Formats: sequence, C-alpha cells, structure tokens
Amino acid sequence: MDPLVNETPRVMAAGELDKLIQLLAGRGYEVIGPVVRDGAIVYEPVNKLSDLPVGWTDEQEAGHYRLKRRPDQSVFAFNVGPQSWKKFLHPPEVRLFSAERRNGSVKISPGEDSAPSYAFLGVRGCELAAIGIQDRALTRDRFADPVYARRRAGVFIVAVQCTQAAATCFCHSAAPWAQVIAYDLSLTELLDQQPHRFVVQVGSERGREMLSELQHEAAPEEDCKLAQAAVKAAGAQQTRHLETQGLRELLLQNFDHPNWDAVAQRCLTCANCTMVCPTCFCTTVEDTSDLTGDHAERWRRWDSCFTLNFSYIHGGSVRTSPKARYRQWLTHKFSSWIDQFGAPGCVGCGRCITWCPARIDLTRELNAIREPITTTAELKNSREREEAAERAK
Amino acid sequence: MHTLETIIADHPMFAGLEASFIDLAVGCASNVRIEPNAYITREGEESNQMFLIREGRVALEIHAPARKPLVIETLGPGDIIGWSWLVPPHFWRFNARAINSTRVIALDAKCLRTKCEANHELGYEILKRFAPIIERRLEATRLQLLDVYAAH
Amino acid sequence: MQHTESNPMQPEPWRVSELARETADTFTLSLQPLGRKTHREFQPGQFSMLWMFGVGELPISISGDPAAEGKLTYTVRSVGEATKALVSVAPGQQIGVRGPFGKGWPVESARGQDVLVIAGGIGLAPLRPVIYHVLRHREEYGRLVLLYGARNPRDLLYRKELAAWGKQKDCQVLSTVDYAGMNWRGHVGVVTRLLRYARLQPLQTVAMMCGPEIMMRVVGRELINRGLPAESIHLSMERNMKCAVGFCGHCQWGPHFICKDGPVFSYQDIAPLLDKYEL
Repeated sequence: MDPLVNETPRVMAAGELDKLIQLLAGRGYEVIGPVVRDGAIVYEPVNKLSDLPVGWTDEQEAGHYRLKRRPDQSVFAFNVGPQSWKKFLHPPEVRLFSAERRNGSVKISPGEDSAPSYAFLGVRGCELAAIGIQDRALTRDRFADPVYARRRAGVFIVAVQCTQAAATCFCHSAAPWAQVIAYDLSLTELLDQQPHRFVVQVGSERGREMLSELQHEAAPEEDCKLAQAAVKAAGAQQTRHLETQGLRELLLQNFDHPNWDAVAQRCLTCANCTMVCPTCFCTTVEDTSDLTGDHAERWRRWDSCFTLNFSYIHGGSVRTSPKARYRQWLTHKFSSWIDQFGAPGCVGCGRCITWCPARIDLTRELNAIREPITTTAELKNSREREEAAERAK
Repeated sequence: MHTLETIIADHPMFAGLEASFIDLAVGCASNVRIEPNAYITREGEESNQMFLIREGRVALEIHAPARKPLVIETLGPGDIIGWSWLVPPHFWRFNARAINSTRVIALDAKCLRTKCEANHELGYEILKRFAPIIERRLEATRLQLLDVYAAH
Repeated sequence: MQHTESNPMQPEPWRVSELARETADTFTLSLQPLGRKTHREFQPGQFSMLWMFGVGELPISISGDPAAEGKLTYTVRSVGEATKALVSVAPGQQIGVRGPFGKGWPVESARGQDVLVIAGGIGLAPLRPVIYHVLRHREEYGRLVLLYGARNPRDLLYRKELAAWGKQKDCQVLSTVDYAGMNWRGHVGVVTRLLRYARLQPLQTVAMMCGPEIMMRVVGRELINRGLPAESIHLSMERNMKCAVGFCGHCQWGPHFICKDGPVFSYQDIAPLLDKYEL
C-alpha cells in the first residue's frame, strides 16, 4: 500500500459512488460493501449504489440492534453491524490442504493458491484499526498466515468517516493505541441543503488513479470544515467511556476480583462477542475424509475461547467455569494482547456490547474491576440497583 | 564418626532441646542393625519404640485380604518411622520392612512419652518439632493420592 | 522446518520406520523422511505436529537423540482416540509432519553446570534428548542427575537406558513410584522425596523438569527451598494446541503462547502463573 499522499481534499457527487463500484468491478475487484439483510447491515458483494443501505440507520444498545428508516437518502448514516471485514480476510472456513492416499503413499496439496481480489467499500475508522491489529497478529509475528496474507495483499480500501456514533461505540477510548492503516480513498458524507456529496481524501497512488476516472473537484473550504465538524460531532456523541490507564496491570493484579463471579452469573458463554469482534482471530481445525478413506481434508474454522473444548487437555478442560472463560477473553483482549502484540486488541467498536444477549457491557465490567474489592454479594446488589434504575429511565 | 549423641542432637526432632533431655534420650537409645527383608514394625503390634533411620531404606507396606501387599512409601536416612509411638493409640498401622541392610537408632518411646506427660513444656517442644515432619509427609502422600500419572 | 516454506500449516509426509512398545499404553515410534536422508535438526524440548490421514493432528515432543541423522523419534501415550490411532500405525505407513516447533531446553547455557533432570511419567520423553546431549558432550557439563517418578514400576519408561545412564561417570539416576509390589527394591513416594539423595550444589545447578503440572508446581517450590535460583529452573508446559504457530489461540497461558514462547519456560518467568486456578 502506498504511503499516505498529502493531497488536498476533493468533493464528488454522491452518484459518483455508483461509478466507483463499477470501476472497481471492472478492474477485477470483488466489491464488498454494506447491505441490508435479515434486519441488519452486513457485508456482502455489491454491484451498484442502490445495493447499499440507502436511507437506513441503526439503533444500538447493550443487547439491542434495530434498523430504522431515515427520511433522507444517506448512504453511510449507520455504524457497525454484526459482521466485520475479518469475514473476508480471516474467513470463517478455509480448507488448509487436501490429501490423497494411494498404496500407502500420501500426497498433500495446498488448500488454495489464490484468493479473490477484494475492494472493501465503507471501512470505518475502528475497522481500519481492527485490520491493523489482525495484520500485526497474523502476518508480523513469528509466523505469517498465508491465507490472511493472500487476501490482505492488494485489498482496495474505501474508508468512510463516521458522522454519527452508536450508543455502544467507544472508539475514542481506544484512540490512544489505535493505529490507522493505509487506505486508498476515504469518504465523508455530506447531506444538507446542498446536493448530496462526499468529501474525498486520497490515501494512495492507486486511490488517486481510481478517483481520476470519476468526476470531482477541489473541495471548497466550507465543505472541508463541514466534514471535519461532522466527524468531530460523531466522536462527541459517544456516551460510553473506558478508563484505560494501567489496564494491563489492573487485570494482572485482579485475577480473583469478585466482579468476575458477578459477570459469570450473566454470561451464557454463547461466544457472540468473539464472533462479532473484528480482532478476535482464534480458530480450530477439523479433519475430514470421504467414504473411501482415500481422500482427506483439513479445514480451519473460527473458534472461540468461550467454548468448553477450547482449553481441553488430558480428559478435561483447563477453563471449565464461565468465569474463567469470560476472564480469559477480557484479559487477553486488554492485557495479554499488549504483551503479545504491543497494544490492546480492542478498537472500541462496541459490537460485543450490542450483540451480547445478556447485555454485558465490557466497559462497565472493566471499570468495575477498578473498584475496591467488595464481596460478591455487595457487588451483585449494587449491580441490581443500577440495572433497576436504568430500566426505570 | 557419628556417635549416637551427635546423631540425636543434630536431628530436627531434638534440635535445640535442653541438654539434660538429650542426655536422657541418648540414655534410652540403641543402635540396631536390620537384615534385608526383616520387619522393623508389624501392623497391629504395640508401638513402643521410635525408629530413626541412619542408613539403608525401609518400605512401608499395607496388606489387604485377597490383594498383594502394596508398598506405599519408602523411607531413608534421617526419616522417622511412623508416629504412633508418640500419638495414641500406640500401635503400628503398617509393616515396615528393611529393603537392604539397614541401621536404625531405636529409642524407648514409653520412656519418652512418660517424660512428656510429666513435663508438658517438654512435650510441647517435642510435638512442635514433630508436627512439621508429619505435615511434609502428609503433603507428599496427598500428591501420591492424586494419581497424577493416570490417564484421565 | 519440516513444513512447506510458504505454508506452516501444511505437513510433509514422513514414513514410520519403527514402532516399539515401552509400557502397556506407551509406544515409541521413529519416522524417516521420504526420499533423501537429510539431517533434520531439532533442539531438545521441541515438538512436532504429527498428522494422521483423515484422523487428526497431535503435538508430540521429540524424544530421540538430537544427533541421530535422518530420523525423528517420539514417545506417545495412548489416552484418547487420536493418540490411540498414532500408536496403531504400522511401519511403512506415512504420517504428516510439521515442525519442529517451540523453545527448547537451555542445554547451551547449562554448560559448565550440574544438570538436574526431574521427570514425571511421560514427561521423561521430552527430557531424554537432554540426557543424550549431555552424555554426548560429557566434558562440557558437571554432574548429571535424573530423578524420575512414575505411577508404578511397570510404567517406567526406557528401563534399559535408565540402568545404562546410571552407570555413566558422574551420573546419578533415581526412580520412584507411587506404589509398588514387594518385588520393587527402589523408592516409593513422590519425586520430591528423591531430592535429598541428589548431591546438589544449588548455585551450580540447572534444573529441567517435565511432568504433570501439579508435580512441577510442587517440585519447583521444593527446588527454591533448597536454594536453586528461579532462573536456573526450567519446565515444559502443555496446553491444547491446534496450529503450533501462534494463530489458533488455543495454547495461551496468561500472555504466553505455549507453542512459540514455550513449551520450555524459566521458572522465574512463570512461577506465579502455576498457582492460578483455571488460567
């Protein structure tokens, strides 16, 4: 990816987005963008502008996600849904290799040699950070994962600046460690009395070249100011805040904090959080063979540290209690990740909060660990009072 | 060349006790040589001697009907065999068999017990020294109980 | 590395050359590469991922001689479906091999010191390469002491070698079992009880241990009690492993990936983790 090119912003009519999609497709990219399906905004191949969630927004809270209609033709006036770009870069199912056995001789062939050439349309700031985190874990550690590396190389990224925040967003808390990766184009949507348009920032040579095929002009200062203000307003809209000072040590020193027991009473270990999390990367492997027994395959699938089998050794699992599994997830994300990869693994996207059926909010759980240790009973009582008060609101 | 006196005085069981008591202990102590495979204690018999192993190894066996005797622990130099000589009821809970040529110091436990009964301070000092020995052996035995090498 | 250069998840087929029974449920198998006999290096303490066609893959410590050319040896205990399949292979059959992986025993930095090897059960397997190495480079090391614990006398591994090692110059081999019949003339009791027979110079000793985690926890404490510095004590840890290359996430233990930060760790680095329940 070319380094960020210092360019002045451009502005283009919203309709040009349609051309951009076709352009990318014409260049051989499989264009993936947000679409409305099954009551959520998910990432799927798109062919034209009208495939995108035009005029849709989302309403999110702990354990709550609804799509709502907007009175306008906005294209990106929503935040993040249950899927993330890891669906394509670190796919849920991948064949690692296949093998043939003939006369006792085993021949192993690679599972795949090539991957589609993706263009991601609508990558949010938190998602750029998440891709960066997975880049670090999966390609820049002791070993590099060829499946991820193959898909990641050459991805065309059209980033989108958020102009609003969901109630579960807390990316500003993750800002101290977020490393934004390079992108090709970045769009900020402006929808006001003037014609529907995008302020476009070029991020690479490739982006500039793509943009040159569209109709655009230098963005007037007024539009630049509006764009900046919209992004700033989105940041200010965030209501959730995670205290991050000394989080690594806090978690290391509070292995037996009663709050782990408290949250364990609500956690179903359903693994939703790990599925929707854009940085979780754990996988498992599965060996299959056909009826003849001469053909075998090895598949890699997403896995979650919340499953009982995840830590299975010698006839039992190391982490059998939900408490131990929840603690493992949170401690890995905010403490061990720092030891392993240099920074926490969370980007503040809030998906885990939205998609938890038990409405567990990790910002609250982490902030609770800071409280001086009280008994589990006291903790439970204070929680119940808090929740009753919230329901009364 | 270690005399009975130095061996007893240096042993953690007696370390720091009054000289007069050490003398008493030495007075009722004797060196005993045990042949390989000979029994030092028999389950059920009265335990009136304290045995402190100087040399050689001793197997502690438990017998159960219709089962071969099991060796549940082996003791070596510095170990004291059992504790029923001190802690009532005073009868041996296992057989202690010398594995090879073994030398032990045998002390008259009845005499020791009488002294402890008469002088409670002395009795407390003895028990205080013996409790950690029991504790360490209990911890080791618990580990054996866990059957850590089993396939689960 | 015995996997394809570009793909650490793809195994290379090797051929089973030998399969020998050690005890009722434990076997030692040797593998040879197909084609040219080339020297496959491994560090004592490293492990391979062994893949059985259509069955699955297992992380197994390499238990053979690091200097043996053209073959890799593993000692496997049959405890479940996958291990049972592995010990049921026939010579001539092909198995997929990936690796060797992991951080091995500190045989280099232990030079000039006494080496104290403490093994429990199948834990002697990943330590056997250390013993081979020390015996092959005898002048570079001080005393070699092996303290080995097993469930009962029939479960002791490598019995002939144990006897042979005990006869080597400046080598002491002591075995103990949890219980035994009357024919057993050796020790009965936990392996910590053997420590007092090992003539130790605590500040000149490098200790390496492998066995059930409880055993290592207790032995570690006992070694510290006897004056060994924490940085001189090393142990080999085990956790669920699916990939062995730091991607699947299963082998994490606190902040460490057992597959790449271990399986050998210095006691100084990880002692507090051993006490944490359900870590």
